[in-house]
Amino acid sequence: MDFDLADEQHDFVRSLRSFVDDVIRPRAEAWDESHELPLEAVEQMASLGLFGLPFPERYGGSGADFLTLCLAIEEIARVDSSLAITLEAAVSLGAMPIYLFGTEEQKSRWLPPLAAGEALAGFGLTEPGGGSDAGATRTSARLADGHWLINGSKSFITNSGTAITSFVTVTAVTGTRDGDKEISAFIVPTGTAGFQVGKDYRKMGWWHSDTHELSFSDCRVPEDHLLGSKGEGFRNFLRILDDGRIAIAALAVGLAQGCLDESLRYASDRTAFGRPIGSFQGLQFKLADMAMKVELARGAYYRASWLKQQGRPYRKEACMAKLFASESAVDVARDAVQIHGGYGYIEEFPVCRHFRDSKILEIGEGTSEIMRVLIARELGLTGS
Amino acid sequence: MNIAVCVKHVPDPNLPMEMDGTRLKRAGVQGVLDPGDEFGVEAALQIKEGHGADVTLVSMGPEASSEALRRGLSMGADRAILVSDGALEGADALATARVLQRAIERTKPDLVVAAVESTDGYTGTMPAALAQFMGWPQVTFATQVEIKDRTLRAHRQTTTGYHVVECELPVMITVTAGINEPRYASFKGIMAAKKKPLERLALADLGLSAVDVRPAQEIVELSKAEEHRSGQVIVDEGEAAGRVAAFLREAKVI
Repeated sequence: MDFDLADEQHDFVRSLRSFVDDVIRPRAEAWDESHELPLEAVEQMASLGLFGLPFPERYGGSGADFLTLCLAIEEIARVDSSLAITLEAAVSLGAMPIYLFGTEEQKSRWLPPLAAGEALAGFGLTEPGGGSDAGATRTSARLADGHWLINGSKSFITNSGTAITSFVTVTAVTGTRDGDKEISAFIVPTGTAGFQVGKDYRKMGWWHSDTHELSFSDCRVPEDHLLGSKGEGFRNFLRILDDGRIAIAALAVGLAQGCLDESLRYASDRTAFGRPIGSFQGLQFKLADMAMKVELARGAYYRASWLKQQGRPYRKEACMAKLFASESAVDVARDAVQIHGGYGYIEEFPVCRHFRDSKILEIGEGTSEIMRVLIARELGLTGS
Repeated sequence: MNIAVCVKHVPDPNLPMEMDGTRLKRAGVQGVLDPGDEFGVEAALQIKEGHGADVTLVSMGPEASSEALRRGLSMGADRAILVSDGALEGADALATARVLQRAIERTKPDLVVAAVESTDGYTGTMPAALAQFMGWPQVTFATQVEIKDRTLRAHRQTTTGYHVVECELPVMITVTAGINEPRYASFKGIMAAKKKPLERLALADLGLSAVDVRPAQEIVELSKAEEHRSGQVIVDEGEAAGRVAAFLREAKVI
């Protein structure tokens, strides 16, 4: 057994930590107040090659493994969840479907600008009428005169409405197969007639990540914008979601680590009844539990990444990592606010933002309930 | 053009410093590339990007110093030289300069870059000694450098502003913190650094022996700098203005 990261991963985390502390930390609060994705932050993250981490160099990537991407997401999430989800969604939801399922032509056309961080892409799966039930997709696509005609709408799509968004990958029903809906995926470039980007949501957290509702009405894309084989859209996207879950677990670990660090500092600085509040056993127990959850969640996502990289089954472990890490993040953020007392409830203290940012982790890319359903299914249980 | 940059592996300045007699405790302490040296590496890389240059990092220190060199290589330097030798333990700034000069000469440099001072020893004398051994002019406290043809033009920080000085290459420069914003190593840079040459040399490889690097100075005593005393707080009970004025008069400010 070897629990150490590779030398290059260790060096990369150190370099990234200085970047996050120097460049992101001082501005995170102001960016959040602006409720807008700061493109200068995207540019600076891009200069470190973050958006191309897991892709081969021939597409402008860095040739790193999936765990290295997760390490980067964790480091950024210690300080800024909005930017962490921007990176996570850009790489594992925006670019990854092209890399995994695209033709060589699609890859060489769409991937390099995404890997360079010069463009962002969205992943349109969730609809107003259903998220986790991907098979209930209502958006449809019909082939006519060499073009796909897409109709329907999508909800909560990250990175879909920025000034540098180049396209959104959209799932749509293209017919029926053995009585079930046949779902395929399409590349819909920004600016295509009939593709409308709705206004930004007013979210509880993740204020400076870009999230929109999208609508398609007789939106025409060329026939070669089909991504992957016709009818494979659903199966392909399940694979994307498995990986995304590990990345969300990494994000949750980062948020929780940030909360723990802030809380440890506050508990040693703040005094009550003549001594640091961290010397009271009640708080020590809380901090010990927080640290334990962070460590265990990190171990869970490391192992799920490792299984994936070994080419072994990892769905159960990915679901467990996502479930445990996201619920731990919510617990740790709530306790961090509690430790900060009144200061935890005001925006000048980062734990306030972390608490707002934590809840979505139990919802996005598969709710906690869906995680439990999937784990139960992996245990051989049927009926749900 | 060949540029040599002097770099040093120092105990992480963000951690509390511990002393071991009259020396800084290094064993078991997390080391880093001296943050001051990052500015020198960045300055060299910017010249490389503007004019084309081969950038060699040169360091003297135990094997752990290779970590600092690897960091500089991952930023984009081309190669590195590490001089390690048991006889160098406890070397002073003069001995360091002598060793670095021999190592640097092997790179046939046009420009040598160093930080104004190291973040552990803080003597600030090594670069001057190195320039002397090289027989080169030196331009110190540079806050801006540019090279045109074979002429270096630099802004030198002074207490009230800056001098603009010009100097023909070859030249030794020391750069201040703030001359630039050192880049962060990317994953690609880190991977590329693994394949870059890192030459390890001992004293004998440089034609030197233990006698040549005997310390010329001895530190006989170390003591802590006096901590800043906390200021005087005047609570206003009607006569605060008078007391503030009296304090300022005493300080000969008014």
